[in-house]
Amino acid sequence: MSLWKIAWRSIQQRALASWLTGLSMALGVALVVAVLVIYSVVDRSFKKNAEGYNMIVGAKGSPLQLVLNTVYHLSRPVENVPYGFYKEFTEGQFAAKIEKAVPYCLGDNYEGYRVVGTIPEMFEKVVDGARLPEEYARGETYRFAQGRNFKQQAFFEAVIGSLVARRTGLTEGSLFEPTHGVSDDGQGHKHDAFRVVGVLAPTGTPNDRALFVNMEGFYLLRGHAKAPPPARTPTAASHDHEADDHEGHDHEAHDHEAHDHEAHDHEAHDHEAHGHEAHDHDGHDHAAHSDHDSHSHHEPLPEEQREVTAILIRTDQTDFLGAMDLHRVINEGQVAQAVYPAREISNLFEGIVGNLQKLLLALAVMVVVVAGIGIMVSIYNSMSDRRRDIAVMRSLGASRATVFNVILLESIMLSLAGGLAGFLLGHGIIGLASPVIVAETGVSIGFFEFDAYEVVLVPGLILLAVLAGYLPAMTAYRTDVARSLPAA
Amino acid sequence: MLVLRHVQKSFTQPDGTPLPILDIAHFEVKDGEQMVLVGRSGCGKTTLLHVIAGISRADAGEVQVNGCDITRLTEAGRDRFRADHIGYVFQTFNLLPGFSAWENVLLGMSFAGNGVDQGRARQLLERVGLGHRLTHKPAMLSVGEQQRVAVARALSNRPKLLLADEPTANVDARNQQQIIDLIRETCAEERVALVLVTHTTEVAELFGRVEHLDQFNQAVATV
Repeated sequence: MSLWKIAWRSIQQRALASWLTGLSMALGVALVVAVLVIYSVVDRSFKKNAEGYNMIVGAKGSPLQLVLNTVYHLSRPVENVPYGFYKEFTEGQFAAKIEKAVPYCLGDNYEGYRVVGTIPEMFEKVVDGARLPEEYARGETYRFAQGRNFKQQAFFEAVIGSLVARRTGLTEGSLFEPTHGVSDDGQGHKHDAFRVVGVLAPTGTPNDRALFVNMEGFYLLRGHAKAPPPARTPTAASHDHEADDHEGHDHEAHDHEAHDHEAHDHEAHDHEAHGHEAHDHDGHDHAAHSDHDSHSHHEPLPEEQREVTAILIRTDQTDFLGAMDLHRVINEGQVAQAVYPAREISNLFEGIVGNLQKLLLALAVMVVVVAGIGIMVSIYNSMSDRRRDIAVMRSLGASRATVFNVILLESIMLSLAGGLAGFLLGHGIIGLASPVIVAETGVSIGFFEFDAYEVVLVPGLILLAVLAGYLPAMTAYRTDVARSLPAA
Repeated sequence: MLVLRHVQKSFTQPDGTPLPILDIAHFEVKDGEQMVLVGRSGCGKTTLLHVIAGISRADAGEVQVNGCDITRLTEAGRDRFRADHIGYVFQTFNLLPGFSAWENVLLGMSFAGNGVDQGRARQLLERVGLGHRLTHKPAMLSVGEQQRVAVARALSNRPKLLLADEPTANVDARNQQQIIDLIRETCAEERVALVLVTHTTEVAELFGRVEHLDQFNQAVATV
């Protein structure tokens, strides 16, 4: 009979105590597994999101904030940069140094989900004349669960993320009106409607939580154009709401009485000449539009009135020095900053999030250690009852080392069995919570998500078990056989 | 088979002075011999068995079992020797409660060098009339059955010497006879020398050789 079996019989004999100590170990290990896996998945997910573009350009300010609000749709947007600066990447001084530049215009939301004004190239690329899906992470490309990408010339078309589609009920063909502001605080004013022409397949990235609208349409929304050059006439300027900077505009202080609404002939208003914002939105039923491509009759906003919040840049992957030089040149300038998203996310994780994970991990490990102490107390308390059994084994020829090992094995089996149960419990909880996590965060996580550090649990638990079992094992080792056997 | 020469054993009393328990000039049991050791309570019968089994070490003298002086062995060596050559039956059976009858017998083989022979364990239990109780735990067996399991366990390693410490003290008269018969028969079948300690006259009368420990243990004589 193996020592394992002898130890197992002993565990069975003290079933309740063994069950309780194993359970406490399982809970501790489940906590460790949960912390490790969730951190690992979030870390991987964040870093994956930072893979698509290796540089982000935006207004000067916090680099982390720029990355968070651009790539992760978190935090508030920093200031804007002139559209002309974006043009430097498409046809200006920086064009030769990059592979791709995608503008991001932020400032609106729909039911709390970010609305991003961008270009169709966000989701596709042209290779040898063919339009192919763009990669959002290494080896993973955008796919459409419904419909197609929006078109450059269709100003009011939009593509939405999978989570947005699920949570808002928007589908291909739906119309939605963005609200001004990046969060749904109920304070913003409503805009014109965009038509959903495509729903992205789940990507497991924050883009699942965003709505992507044609940048041209985005610019035509109220408050999205900066003030026109001073050359324009005061009358025209006062009537052109689109020209008003609504972000800085004090509506209360604005003298509406002085504004000659009566004199303003809305019926005679030339839509083509005045731009989209000039027509009467209150009376205009966008939902009644059968074909939103009809919006394409709008004139695009003049470039001098445009701004972008950020520019996603993919530099020439073979020209590392060129990328560094570009990064330096932009940051030395007065207009914008360039940041490496991967570096910012690494800094975030190694700094704040990493420390939080270490704290949680330390707490979970303490629970495991307490469970180990529980095993020690349980076995140690049983030693007085088992002294006779140990003496019998010794009388049958078991050495001191043998009975020592039996007790250690008992501790190891309890720890490993509890650990295995905890491993399954931890992954089970994660698996069960998976739909909620995906729905709430867009981060895909499941039962079979593993972290490499989980492998450390096995030797860690064995070491803990050896330490926990040492004291009772020594008690067994020191058992005086002659005194412990009942005398005749 | 068993030879004791000038064996002395004493315990230390609370005041630090030694209390002599054994002082035996010579004691011998031949191969396959069956004998009974009797003596009043406290005369050192169990201590003598412990010394012979190597559970306790003699303070002086020589304890030869099967030609090996076990007093020269280390504790681990004595443990191994005991597992390989000596069987032990206790007064209180001392079966492990968490193990079935069969597993208790297997346990007796687990610490020996010959390995575990499951067939022999089953065979021994059948021999002692418990072939139908292999999987029963000790709590599910009668007192007589428990002692029969203990006998099977003691013989599991094919020992050369069986030490039985008042094996019938806790059983009724009918079982007493059966157990003594069983021990004697199985020892005879396996050519095992038997040293049986008892304080029961009826049991002692069954054996051809009866030794009174009080008479040859000089330590008792001086107490």
